[in-house]
Amino acid sequence: MAETTEVLEEKKIKVKEREPLFSKKNKKLISDPLDENNPITIQVLGICSALAVTVQMKAAVVMSVAVLFVLILANVSISLIRNLIPNRIRIIVQLVVVAALVIVVDQVLKAYLFDVSKELSVFVGLIITNCIIMGRLEAFALGNKPWPSALDAIGNSLGYGMVLVIVSFFKELFGSGKLFGFEIFGNATEQTGLYAMGYMDNGLMLLPPSSLIIVAVYIWVQKIRNPSLIESH
Amino acid sequence: MDLVNIFIRSAFVDNMIFAFFFGMCSYLAVSKTVKTAFGLGMAVIFVLVVTIPINYLIENYVLKEGALGWLGEEFSSVNLSYLTFIMFIAVIASTVQLVEMIVEKISPALYGALGIFLPLIAVNCAILGGALFMQEKQFATIGQATVYGLGSGVGWFIAVVLIAAIRERIRYANIPGPLRGVGMAFLITGLMGLAFLGFMGFEI
Repeated sequence: MAETTEVLEEKKIKVKEREPLFSKKNKKLISDPLDENNPITIQVLGICSALAVTVQMKAAVVMSVAVLFVLILANVSISLIRNLIPNRIRIIVQLVVVAALVIVVDQVLKAYLFDVSKELSVFVGLIITNCIIMGRLEAFALGNKPWPSALDAIGNSLGYGMVLVIVSFFKELFGSGKLFGFEIFGNATEQTGLYAMGYMDNGLMLLPPSSLIIVAVYIWVQKIRNPSLIESH
Repeated sequence: MDLVNIFIRSAFVDNMIFAFFFGMCSYLAVSKTVKTAFGLGMAVIFVLVVTIPINYLIENYVLKEGALGWLGEEFSSVNLSYLTFIMFIAVIASTVQLVEMIVEKISPALYGALGIFLPLIAVNCAILGGALFMQEKQFATIGQATVYGLGSGVGWFIAVVLIAAIRERIRYANIPGPLRGVGMAFLITGLMGLAFLGFMGFEI
């Protein structure tokens, strides 16, 4: 009897020592990148693709999912081999891992979502040099265990996807009056809905500079809500 | 397409930064002072001019469908284009490494100026983006591809030096707190992008 209680106690201690899967620290890994440590607006990483694929919501969502997939697998695999990578060639190792994953994504997109793949064109390939991925590999996966790395990857790619979806929402809604391809404001050529009342699409919203301005406004709003993020020059 | 046209198109009309946002991360990171922006801009021109012709040769003699035909009849149906990404990035990473060593040996002064920026360039989307666009545009000769690389590099250089000059000046301006730093840089780039839209359709 005494033995069993001892064993039980030992087990309890062991359980206590192990961190729960979703401890406070781990939850923070997911929630932080959504707001106060957002990869795009605060860390300023991965902007090229974020700005360029946001003309349509569908493309933006597909791009976010692709980044989510690549970032999770890359973060976990780099974190698994982090003690084997010689420091001097780590960038090349990371590039090869990421490039292999991106090839998988590209082939899958070409097979199942050909129209989106055509629209994303070179930007699928540019996931390789997406600074979010390299940045997270360098800053997190190289120094942490696989599980926190996976959570960090999920958090950061969700933060990235969130900005993409918000920017593309405004661009598609005001640029072409559609969301996910559905006509929200009516049909422009047949003059139905809002268009019958003289509403016009804002063509500027479809051009590249507007995404920069929308992101700038996003940063503005975010920093007004959270003044601790304001830079002091 | 003649060479001058390709140059003007890639440098101004299809400017890397304002039309495609290539290399935005380093663009925002180094544009705090003109001096560092100048250094990185030069390094980008340099690496683009070196890597685009190399990638052009790889594309046309190794990767494209039927590109391996020079090896013999039985290879002429091989299509390796799914290896594009990994080949291009390997070429870029190793070229950057090689260029770094050569520059260090031949011209220590240039190395001193570019030194810290060269390794960063391997992961600059402008380089890989340039290579992928080169593949998409299917240039007829290697000369055209090289001029395209030069033009893209010059476009990137102009953009980064311009924004750095503006950011140096507005440091003393009274900007609303939440927009300071990145927010303002985004807005300015947006406005510059609008100005560059004026080049749209420009041809000689």
